[in-house]
Amino acid sequence: MTAVQVWQFSLSGLTTGGIYALIALGFSLVYNATGVINFAQGEFVMLGGMITAAAMSAWNLPLWLAALLAVAGTTVVGLALDRAAIRPARRASIVVLIIITVGASIFIRGVASVIWGPEERPVPAFSGESPISVFGAAITPQSLWVLGTTLVVAVAMWMIFEHTVIGKAMRACAINAPAAQLCGVELSRMISWSFGLAAAVGAIAGIVLAPITMTQYSIGTMLGLKGFCAAILGGLGNSIGGIIGGLLLGVLEALGAGLISSQYKDAIAFVVLITVLLIKPSGFLGEEGGGEL
Amino acid sequence: MARRRRAEKIQLVLFFTAVALLPLVVRNAYYLHILTVVGLNLILATGLNLLMGYAGQVSLGHAAFYGIGAYASGILTATYGWNPWLAMLAAIVITSAVAWLVGKPTLHLKGHYLAMATLGVGIIVSVVIRQWSEMTGGPQGLMNIPSITLAGWELRSDMDVHYFYFVWGWGCLLSVLFSNLVASRPGRALRALHDSELAAETLGVDTAAFKVRAFVISAAYASIAGTLYAHSSMRFLSPTPFDFHKSIALLVMVVLGGQGTLWGPVLGAATITFIEEVLRPYADYDIIAYGLLLMFMMVVMPGGVARALGSLADWLRERIARRSGERDE
Repeated sequence: MTAVQVWQFSLSGLTTGGIYALIALGFSLVYNATGVINFAQGEFVMLGGMITAAAMSAWNLPLWLAALLAVAGTTVVGLALDRAAIRPARRASIVVLIIITVGASIFIRGVASVIWGPEERPVPAFSGESPISVFGAAITPQSLWVLGTTLVVAVAMWMIFEHTVIGKAMRACAINAPAAQLCGVELSRMISWSFGLAAAVGAIAGIVLAPITMTQYSIGTMLGLKGFCAAILGGLGNSIGGIIGGLLLGVLEALGAGLISSQYKDAIAFVVLITVLLIKPSGFLGEEGGGEL
Repeated sequence: MARRRRAEKIQLVLFFTAVALLPLVVRNAYYLHILTVVGLNLILATGLNLLMGYAGQVSLGHAAFYGIGAYASGILTATYGWNPWLAMLAAIVITSAVAWLVGKPTLHLKGHYLAMATLGVGIIVSVVIRQWSEMTGGPQGLMNIPSITLAGWELRSDMDVHYFYFVWGWGCLLSVLFSNLVASRPGRALRALHDSELAAETLGVDTAAFKVRAFVISAAYASIAGTLYAHSSMRFLSPTPFDFHKSIALLVMVVLGGQGTLWGPVLGAATITFIEEVLRPYADYDIIAYGLLLMFMMVVMPGGVARALGSLADWLRERIARRSGERDE
């Protein structure tokens, strides 16, 4: 194992890490508004990629329009999930709400498999395939798209939360929901916003990922679970922590797969998760005493 | 309290007697097989109920313990020629050890860290089962698991009724054990900490230690169910029944039946097993319906079937009372 190889693995790990970071952001958004871990987050990622691929092949849409359609469509699914299943069960316990999101994820996956079948679908790379050399390691332009998108989404989120009324109201709900309601913030509207935003971010992750791995109806579960690991790693509910957690997880996974065993690649994220839970359970940016489900 | 215990004991006796008589009515091998699966799920759900309904903790990876139990006894008997009973014991020791290692550090913290850790354990175990092909047979499965012998009497794979009684015999034993455990001093301590952890601690209950014990016991229950599954009529193990979705199905059984009730696991195990069997022939559409049903049942009956039936009875009674009141006027 040479230094160049380690560097190469780290670079490709950062790309996957960017995806995990975006998914973790989605988890944090919903968690902050509702305290619920939304297990359908991974399906939003799947929908983003699949709608893009399907719209391009079925209607010959240009990439940008298909992507826009995918984000819009997935956002509608996220809003519908909140409206149809989360809002009517608002008084239920957290475990019940979690089961509802798992039910939703199974449902969405089932519908996707009926509509699009089991085939893997390609999405063309956004700007060519010729790899770029970065200090001796090769990186595809699409990887740069992933990392750039992660950065843009992170900054956009920060702008929303710091500089818009909606964002501030959402933060207020996360800190103290009853107090926010007393100040005139309508909680159910904020929850809708969080589901819509989480779905949009998930779709974006799915779209930028699709050219790298192809896309398929069943990719959502594992991606969602790993994004969840990333969110816990950084401290559940902490957006910046989730982004760092995602990038770190991607790199550790790539290094583990490259250096130790590619067979057990899917287990690495969860070994990291358990290790972190045993050492610093609140994640490295989370507050002590947090971690309520 | 004593009276409730008596009523509970009578209910248990009646229920398991009725189950024991079922094969006299149900002669179809397929139905008998489904009822056996209900028995397995009952054992799994009862264990998880102890953790969720009494210790107030959630396991998102309970299928892992089921899987460890199944594969440990499957491998020990098929590959190493162990006696199935010894293998069952070894499987219980292994699962309990894993549960203790995961539970000990996470249950000492406030919050739901156990849920997150068990989610991880669940995925790791299912990846290991799939990838460690030399040992587990990987996706192709583990074959040639020997049958189990009970007091010189071999359970034959072509006799479904043998397995029905074997699994439900264990189900009965473990349900009675559960009911005694919950009524004992540790059980009361568990219920106290479920209601208010702070109050329980003030009264001198070592809450963390009790939670760890409940978790280890629930894992041991899953391990026993796993061993029973491994030696059941199929004598074959594949990774799918032990993945993330099984963990969720178990969670649903407990919540749907009614957490912290004696009859919850029975109701939940039966409902989910039958739904899964009814949907099985409709390939592709089965998971759509399953997902919808999960959402629907949780939205409509967040407190579980037992409580939903209770409130339905209340509603009917009130309606009848109002009707007769109207008539009197």
